[in-house]
Amino acid sequence: MASGEVHAASEAARWTYLDRVRTRPGPFTNLDSFNGSMVAQAMENMKILVIGAGGLGCEILKNLALSGFKDIHVIDMDTIDISNLNRQFLFRQSDVGKSKAEVAARFVEKRVKGVKITPHNCKIQDFDEDFYMQFQLIVCGLDSIEARRWINAMVVNMVDEDNEDSYKPLIDGGTEGFKGQARVIYPTVTSCIECQLDMHAPRAAVPLCTLASIPRQPEHCIEWAHVIAWDQEKPFPKLDKDDPEHITWLYQKALERAQEFNIPGVTYSLTQGVVKNIIPAIAATNSVIAAACCNEVLKIASNCAPPLGMPDANNYMMYSGNDSIYTYTFQPERKEDCPVCGNLARDLPVDPAWTLRELVESFAARPEAQLKTPSVRAEGKTLYMQSPPSLEAQTRRNLDKTLVELGLEEGQEIAVSDPAFATVIFRFKLKFKPS
Amino acid sequence: MTEIVMSQTPPILHGPSEKERKYDRQLRLWAASGQAALESANILLLNSGAGTVGAESLKNLVLPGIGRFAIYDEAEVSEADLGVNFFLDDSCLGKPRSQSLTELITELNPDVQGTWYPNEDVKTLDSLLSDSPVFTVIMYTHPIRPEQLSRIEAYGQQHKTPLVAIHSAGFYSYFQINLPGAFPIVDTHPDETATTDLRLLTPWPELVAFADELTRDIDGLDNYEHGHLPYVVILLHYLEKWKAAHDGEYPASYDEKIEFRKIVQDAARTNNPEGGEENFDEAAAAVLKTLVPPSLPSGLRKVFEYEHTDPVEQRSGFWLIADAVKQFYDKHKCLPLSGKVPDMKAQSKVYIRLQNIYKDKARKDAAEILQTVQAAPGGERVDPAEVDLFCKNAAFVKLINATGGGGDAKISKAERLRSAAARESVNHETAAPTFSPLSLLPIYLALQATAHHVDSPASADKILAAIAAQVPGAEKDERVVQAAEEVARAGGGELHNIAALTGGMVAQEMIKIITKQYIPIDNTCVFDGIWSRAHVLEL
Repeated sequence: MASGEVHAASEAARWTYLDRVRTRPGPFTNLDSFNGSMVAQAMENMKILVIGAGGLGCEILKNLALSGFKDIHVIDMDTIDISNLNRQFLFRQSDVGKSKAEVAARFVEKRVKGVKITPHNCKIQDFDEDFYMQFQLIVCGLDSIEARRWINAMVVNMVDEDNEDSYKPLIDGGTEGFKGQARVIYPTVTSCIECQLDMHAPRAAVPLCTLASIPRQPEHCIEWAHVIAWDQEKPFPKLDKDDPEHITWLYQKALERAQEFNIPGVTYSLTQGVVKNIIPAIAATNSVIAAACCNEVLKIASNCAPPLGMPDANNYMMYSGNDSIYTYTFQPERKEDCPVCGNLARDLPVDPAWTLRELVESFAARPEAQLKTPSVRAEGKTLYMQSPPSLEAQTRRNLDKTLVELGLEEGQEIAVSDPAFATVIFRFKLKFKPS
Repeated sequence: MTEIVMSQTPPILHGPSEKERKYDRQLRLWAASGQAALESANILLLNSGAGTVGAESLKNLVLPGIGRFAIYDEAEVSEADLGVNFFLDDSCLGKPRSQSLTELITELNPDVQGTWYPNEDVKTLDSLLSDSPVFTVIMYTHPIRPEQLSRIEAYGQQHKTPLVAIHSAGFYSYFQINLPGAFPIVDTHPDETATTDLRLLTPWPELVAFADELTRDIDGLDNYEHGHLPYVVILLHYLEKWKAAHDGEYPASYDEKIEFRKIVQDAARTNNPEGGEENFDEAAAAVLKTLVPPSLPSGLRKVFEYEHTDPVEQRSGFWLIADAVKQFYDKHKCLPLSGKVPDMKAQSKVYIRLQNIYKDKARKDAAEILQTVQAAPGGERVDPAEVDLFCKNAAFVKLINATGGGGDAKISKAERLRSAAARESVNHETAAPTFSPLSLLPIYLALQATAHHVDSPASADKILAAIAAQVPGAEKDERVVQAAEEVARAGGGELHNIAALTGGMVAQEMIKIITKQYIPIDNTCVFDGIWSRAHVLEL
């Protein structure tokens, strides 16, 4: 199939290299689903959503524009910060303070002729199902697990078995330092982000008593300043982690405490890193991971080669560049008891002597739950509700009762919800274990 | 010694500079020392072919702030470039590609200087190479003309400049690093979970005295003190008891260690409100990991066993220190102490005292090594800070390209490729039953068969014929045939995604080589965009 037939004449020359691959089958192309003469037009008509216009997002927008997509939307609520400039290559010093989505969209539109990029300077939660339904594919370059879980729950909930168009493949990338991962989620077909949640366990928190009385590391002094000293002294009405004055106050407090205990190593940079939970990020790794994601998008959209995520195929690529280069491409298991895409309650080992407060607080650290503001119900009764305030007040007294006192039994099912994932009910089956 | 001074004089309170803010997210990976190395780097990109992978590699180096770069590219910007290369636009059509790329890439970071060739003054690669200050690293992209490749290789040998060959076509790519000699790395950034040697089986007098002081009356301690004994001290205490009951021998076999662990577990108090003791849990958990007789890590063994062929290299700081560390190891049967102590449950004062005991010992070990270094010819020039860094990281020191700089360099490329093919084909046979990933050597063979196809794309048959000439028999392998067909489909063209992905990997490796931090590949990385995975091969 000559590429001249599928493009306007000037377009044909431009897409010479891409068309060689996407319009002609190769040894691995599945010929049942491939139609070379239709590919270019089909891709031009597709609407792709990019979530995040940061380190990965800038790369993703560039990659999609140079993969032949013409109608791209991008969501990002952030503004450009100077610390973005070492990798977010669509932004310049003069853009600091402007909307990431808008600057990124404008830049790529200007550089790549014929692509239309619609920016949305807002949160993903501001949109509903109708909005997400208009896209054929969603690509995520996020730095927050919470946002990933939210969009994952959205695309899984959108699935309507009678409507083929309701299946939105979700391609997700993430990086940290020289490492990263790219994965393809076919809602209800492959494992979903919630199924894989325990692979991204939260870092264990330092016990409060260590911070309060026996600090040993510079991080303990910083957390003390952040968690305890700030609350006691309230030097400013509200902590703004991006305000250098606030960070300096914390740094100074941490330093004083470190000197009191002879602990070396508190610096401004470490203070900022601990307080903001800064994840190191470089252009090179974002380039690898974003391209791995967009490579899958191209394959899904064109069928010119088998994409990740096909039935019984791998859908997750882990990448590590610290020690040589190592990739591991595999298929994480789909979980029957996944609260988002499964249909069984998940076993929850608990100590019957726990108070409800201990149970509620345990959901934050549990790798497969990671819920910060959980409300808990059992069949027929409300155990604890975080909101509205009247219900919170009514159920608060339950917090100090033990699970046994509340009449909970081995094998009983409880339902947990969290405003961060409004549409998801986390079903757990209590498994009593002695402490 | 600097540490003591720092902990006593408070650092001046000041926020980060403008530059520290801009580079904050990367300084957390390679610190000011790595950044300084990047900023003094001068990189040449010899760009040819479709030209995107070179631009993407350079983008990822300009953003973190290399000092300067030069692009040599004889092509003029064509319509096809605009569909694959982000650093060219409509206004560039017909202009020298090197000029346009340089202009749009330098835009990314005002700290970086970029120049382009050929231009009116410097018309050939030859004159560029002979007239320019020495390049830190040279990247070149395939397909490349053979005479240009020989010129670059000669330059690399003459100036000891690392060369990076890059080839991206369709869904496939590879890049290959050619280092001018053995390449040691001290600052390898081992994983946080990597164990540090705490020398619990060979404690020195100060550590023994400290543990003894805290545990002399272990049963008389109140619950708070008992529950806050650092696990290092707990283990030392029960090891002494074990030795007394076992003819002065430490628990050595697995069964003995399990038995010892049980003793530690049982020594925890349970009649307290918590019903147990975290520090004893930590002690029990550390038994199998820390009660290991010192042994020589494989990375350092390679360093100790390395045979020099270059007397200049042998007198460098790294090798003088390595020699001294080897003498230390032969004498003391252990490596210099790193001075690091993991965090553990303990009272602040006790932990800081313990930490200082380890740091003091580490300083003494480093001082002994410094003395050996300084006694060696040329040793007086070695920076004591370099000795300190080596001692801190001794267990994790790595040597890359250990054979490349030596006699093996005389073996021809073709011979190496044939032996690699034989090796990989054996691996291939064992891979299927064990479900190990298959070798990506077929992709390398197919790509490098087109390494010099500058003007016209090669057909699958032509590619297979070229492979047959190099590695007879390989052309019959089904996976090689498929790879050849896939390379032929691309017809020498790049897919932007694969170029960007490869450019990311190349930039990571360049950063590792320039900063001498983290561990570079040894020496070829192949990427398969069909199944999304990489494979590192030594070729």
